[in-house]
Amino acid sequence: MGLLRSISTKLLPVLSLVAFLAVWQFAAGFWAPELFPSPLIVANALRELADTGRLWSHIAISLARFTVAYLVAIVFAVPLGLFLGRNQRCRQAIDPLVQVLRPISPIAWFPLAVLWFGIGNAPAIFIIFLAAFYPVLLSTVSAVVGIPPVYLKVADNFGAKPGAIFLRVIIPAAFPGIMVGLHIAVGTAWIHLVAGEMLGAQSGLGYMIVDARNFMRTDWIMAGMLVVGFLGLCINLAMRKFEFWLGRRWGGVT
Amino acid sequence: MTTSPKISLQAAEKKYSSPRGEDVIALAPVSLDIATGEFVCLVGPSGCGKTTLINLMAGFEKSNAGTVTIDGRPVRGTDPDHIMIFQDYGLYPWRTVLGNVLFALEAKGIKGKAAVEKAEEYIELVGLTKSIASFPQQLSGGMKQRVAIARALAVEPSVLFLDEPFGALDTFTRMYLQDELLRLWQEKQPTVVFVTHDLDEAVYLSGRVVLMAPAPGRVQRIIDIPLPWPRDRLGDSLGRYRRELFKEFHLVHQQAAGEAEYVI
Repeated sequence: MGLLRSISTKLLPVLSLVAFLAVWQFAAGFWAPELFPSPLIVANALRELADTGRLWSHIAISLARFTVAYLVAIVFAVPLGLFLGRNQRCRQAIDPLVQVLRPISPIAWFPLAVLWFGIGNAPAIFIIFLAAFYPVLLSTVSAVVGIPPVYLKVADNFGAKPGAIFLRVIIPAAFPGIMVGLHIAVGTAWIHLVAGEMLGAQSGLGYMIVDARNFMRTDWIMAGMLVVGFLGLCINLAMRKFEFWLGRRWGGVT
Repeated sequence: MTTSPKISLQAAEKKYSSPRGEDVIALAPVSLDIATGEFVCLVGPSGCGKTTLINLMAGFEKSNAGTVTIDGRPVRGTDPDHIMIFQDYGLYPWRTVLGNVLFALEAKGIKGKAAVEKAEEYIELVGLTKSIASFPQQLSGGMKQRVAIARALAVEPSVLFLDEPFGALDTFTRMYLQDELLRLWQEKQPTVVFVTHDLDEAVYLSGRVVLMAPAPGRVQRIIDIPLPWPRDRLGDSLGRYRRELFKEFHLVHQQAAGEAEYVI
């Protein structure tokens, strides 16, 4: 029974993938390949892009932009979130502003971003930054606000200094909540990477997809989409590995 | 009492303003002296101000009127010499048992090998040497509270405050920890103030029971229990004090019920 279950949990995803490809292949038969390419054609396009080396340079630049924007977002959002979480008055002052700015899609910032930064890396990085910034900020604030008061009472009672309380109580107590924000932000940032590069860049996976459209190469478009999806999956898995590793250092349970 | 008291309250009271702006009396003026090394229980139904009273003494809250002094000095805030133990333990889940005890010692300025040795000594005192590298999530409720006790005792406080410390534990664990606490009290001889809503617990543990009543929170009666420790839970001598306290509590209960009816 256990063996059967473990086989079925491993086999089911493979089966659904095969079914997906079969349906795709079947559906593609009803349209011209220029409009709706079949999986085989897309696989060929992928090999073509990989062979010319263009794919790899686009991937490299996309990952670089993603990494820079994500890290910058963390560097700004985590300290700001820690500060706002500790300071109720500032939190109340800033909250309405955040609530107004947050629902604005990062893509809506694109025209301004191009005006301010020009075409190139900067607008794409700016848009990814915005996509990652708010989830990290908000989860950091709520993690700090949600620290059980007894943790702070105990630290205060034992006479811990404010600096020690911040480093040894507040940061570790908020850490699991901050990690949730970092995980959400990885997803939103990667989704907005493509949008950012479609609009304001001359390179990267988003640009590759737009460029393929200009040449009516739907097979390249789909290849690009698949690469974006696959890399998103890899980033998510890496994040989960990282969390698991941290969770174990944290005391086994999170 | 010939010597000056360890803890002294003179007409200490606590009021809150309700959201509607009305004054709510959490604790009507209380005067109480607690001697060095005494074991005092504050007991009463919810709303009787027992937690407010212990918070005033421990420095987590400030009185609106009257004075609260420990060793003759007014209480202005928390003090590492007066440690509070909470019902929900207050252990840090990202630190091991050893790490939790070390936190207290490091806050006191004890570092390195000296701190580790001291922490190990107190973890052994509460019988948790085998679990020294465990994280709080891996321990039972009773073990967690023993870690909190070890952490508190490690800084060698002269006063130990306990706010319903065994309230979340099952009966057997609670009885075991009561005996453990008495053993540690007799060995280290701190002054102990212990809040509970369990009359049996109060009678079994303390040398003096402060029975409190609600609406407004106040001291109803103070009952001395001049029996030596260890005590026999089922003994006749303890039974006498137990009956006295239950009778008095019944009175409090009736009063509270009567007032509630009147309000309705």
